[in-house]
Amino acid sequence: MRNVWLPAVCASVVFASLASPGPARAEDTITIGMTVSQTGPLNVDSVAQLRGSEFWRDEVNAAGGIKAGDKRYKVRFVTYDDQSVGGRVQQLYTRLIVQDKANFLFGPYSSGLTATAAVISEQYGKIMLIGGGAEPKTYQLGNKYLFQCITTADYYLSGSIQALKARNPHAKVAFVYSDDPFSKAVVAAAAKQAQEAGFTIALQESYAPSTTDFSPIINKIISSGADAFLGGGHYPDGATLARQLYDQKANLKFVSILVAPDSPKFASLGPAALGVTVPSQWEPEVKFNPDFGPTPEEFAKKAYAATKVEPDYHTASGYITGLLLQHAIEQAGSIDPEKVKAALDKTDVTTFFGHDKFSTDPKSHGMQVGHAMVLAQWQMKSGKLEREMVWPDAAKTAALNYPLH
Amino acid sequence: MLDGVLVGAVYGLAAMGITLIWGVMDVVNLTHGAMIVAGMFGVFLLVGATGMPAYGALAPVLVAGFFAGIALYWIAIHRMIGQPPLMSLLATFSVNLVLIGLGTAVWGTVLFNVQVSLPGLSLGRYTFPGTHIMAAVLTAVIAGALYLFLYRTRAGKAVRAVAGNREAAELVGIPTTRILALSCGLGVALACVSGALIATLFPFTVLSGDAYQLKSFVVTVLGGMGNPTGALIAGIALGLLEGLATPFMPVSWTLVIEFVLFVVVLIAFPGGLLSVRLRRRAR
Repeated sequence: MRNVWLPAVCASVVFASLASPGPARAEDTITIGMTVSQTGPLNVDSVAQLRGSEFWRDEVNAAGGIKAGDKRYKVRFVTYDDQSVGGRVQQLYTRLIVQDKANFLFGPYSSGLTATAAVISEQYGKIMLIGGGAEPKTYQLGNKYLFQCITTADYYLSGSIQALKARNPHAKVAFVYSDDPFSKAVVAAAAKQAQEAGFTIALQESYAPSTTDFSPIINKIISSGADAFLGGGHYPDGATLARQLYDQKANLKFVSILVAPDSPKFASLGPAALGVTVPSQWEPEVKFNPDFGPTPEEFAKKAYAATKVEPDYHTASGYITGLLLQHAIEQAGSIDPEKVKAALDKTDVTTFFGHDKFSTDPKSHGMQVGHAMVLAQWQMKSGKLEREMVWPDAAKTAALNYPLH
Repeated sequence: MLDGVLVGAVYGLAAMGITLIWGVMDVVNLTHGAMIVAGMFGVFLLVGATGMPAYGALAPVLVAGFFAGIALYWIAIHRMIGQPPLMSLLATFSVNLVLIGLGTAVWGTVLFNVQVSLPGLSLGRYTFPGTHIMAAVLTAVIAGALYLFLYRTRAGKAVRAVAGNREAAELVGIPTTRILALSCGLGVALACVSGALIATLFPFTVLSGDAYQLKSFVVTVLGGMGNPTGALIAGIALGLLEGLATPFMPVSWTLVIEFVLFVVVLIAFPGGLLSVRLRRRAR
C-alpha cells in the first residue's frame, strides 16, 4: 500500500498555517509592566489602583488602541504580586524590564515600594509613571524617567489644617502616624504647617505599621488634651485606629486620617466612620473641565459600571497614570521612550483628576507640581454613610461637620 | 494602665498553652502562633457562617483546638519525646510552616475583623472598651477552669504526675502517652481560645500569629517555663508594664523594654520570676 500518511500530514500543516491568524505582531502592542500588592497589608489600596489602570486599559483597547503617529497600539499589562514587600519589588521590576520587555512601567502602590522600584527603573532608563507614591524624597534624587501623577506627601494634610484653622485657630493637635516613609513625610510637613497656622502640637508620635492595639496611644492622645487628630498610615492601621478612637470615646472635635477613609470599605466601620475626614487626591464631586478624557462624572459612572466598585482616589490615580501616558504617546506620535519622555516633560493639562504638570527641574524632575488635594468627610446622607467634599470651600458639596463632639 | 492589665491577661492565657506543653513534655511548641491564628479564623468563620455571637464561638473553638492539639501530638511530637530538643523544635516549626502556607493560600494576607460591640466603662476621661473587659473576664474563667482541672480532677493530677516524673507515673499505672496527648490538646486549646479572644479585640491576618507567639515566649520566660499560673500572672504584669511605660515614652519603645526584661530574666532568673513548676507542685 502506498504511504499516504506523510503527504496528508504535510498538507494538513500547510492548510492549518494558512488558516491560522499567525502570531500577533509585537509592534501592535505596548507592554506596560507593574507590580500589585495582591497580598500583604497594602492589598486594599493597591488593588483599587490596579482597578483604575485596568479600566483605562480596557477602554483604550476597546477604542482601537493608543494612536502613535499612523499606528495604533493595543495595551497589554504584565503584573506580578509584590506581596507588599520591597525585596520582591526589586526582583520583579528587573524581571519586567529584562524578561518581559516592558515598554513602560507603572509604579507599585506606596511610597516605600515606589522608592525601591524607582532604583530599578532609573537604572534601566525605563519611563515609570507613579499613581501611588507620594513621598517627595524619591523625586529629588536626580531621576530622569520617573513621573509622579499625584500630589506629593508634603501637601496631604494642608487641607485638613486649613479647614481646621477656619473653625478653631487655636486647635491642640495630636499627630499620630505610621512609621513608614509616606506617613512620616506627610506629618513632617504638616507639623510645620500646623505650627505656622498657630496650632499647639499636643502630641507627635509614630507607631509600627503592624500595630493593631492602639489603646496605649489613644490614652496618650486623651491625656495630652488634644482636640484634633491628624495622622494614620494606610488602610489596615487607619481603619483600626478609627474604630479604636470611637470605642475608647476619644471625643475629638476633628479627625483626619490618611488613606483609609477614602476606601468605600471604610463605611463598614459604621458609626466609627462618621465624621472622619480624609485628604483625597480625587473625589467624584470635583468640578474640573478636562482638556481630554472623561469628565469627573463620566469617569465615576463608567468606572463603577466597569468595576462594580465605587471609585476612590486610588482607582482614579490608577486611571490617570494610563491617561497621561496615553496623552504623551499621542503627543509624541511615537512610542520611542525619549520622545515620550519629552512629551511628558511638556505635560501641563487638566483632566477629570485635576491639573497635572511634572517638574522639569533636574533636582526634582518628574515631581508633580500641578495637582492639589481636596478634603472629604464621612457624613450621614439620607440615612446612609457617604463621603462629602468639605474643602476647598469653592468646590465643597457639604459643610464640614465640626465639632464632632 | 488598667487597659494594659486587661489585654495582658489575654496574652497570659496564650502563654499558658506554651508553658503547659513545655511543663509536661519538655517540648517548645512552635505551632503556637499558627494555633492562635486558627482560633482567630475559627471565630471569624463561625460568626460569618452561623451568625452566632462571637463569644458563643469560643466553646467550639476550644473543643476543636483540643482535638487539633491531640492530632498535632501524634503527627509531630510523639516520636520526638525523649529526643534532643532541636528535633521537636524542627518538627513543630515544620507543621507551623505548613499551616501558615495553607492559610495564606486560602485567605491571602488581607486583614480580617470580627465585629463585636459592647458598651465600655468610662472612668473620668478614659474609656475601657467593653471587649477588653469581657476578654479579661473570660480569661479568668478559662484559667480558673484549667486550675480546677489540674488540681481537682484525676486526669489533671495525672497530668501533673507525668510532668513531675514520667517514669514514676508509668510505674503507678498512669497511661503516660495518653496524658501527653491530652496535655498537648489542652495547650493547643488554650492557644486557639486565646486567638479567638484576641480576634474580638484587634484585626488579624494569617501572619498575625508570629507577634503573639513572640509575646507568649516573653511571658512564658517571665512566668517560668512549665508554670501556667506564672504565665497568667506574667501576662498581666507585662500588660501593666506597657500601661505604666507608655505615658512616659514613645509607644514603640515598649517592645524594647519588654525584650530587655526578657534577656535580664533569662540571665538572672533562668527559671522565671515565678519558677514554681507543675513538676514541683505534683510532689
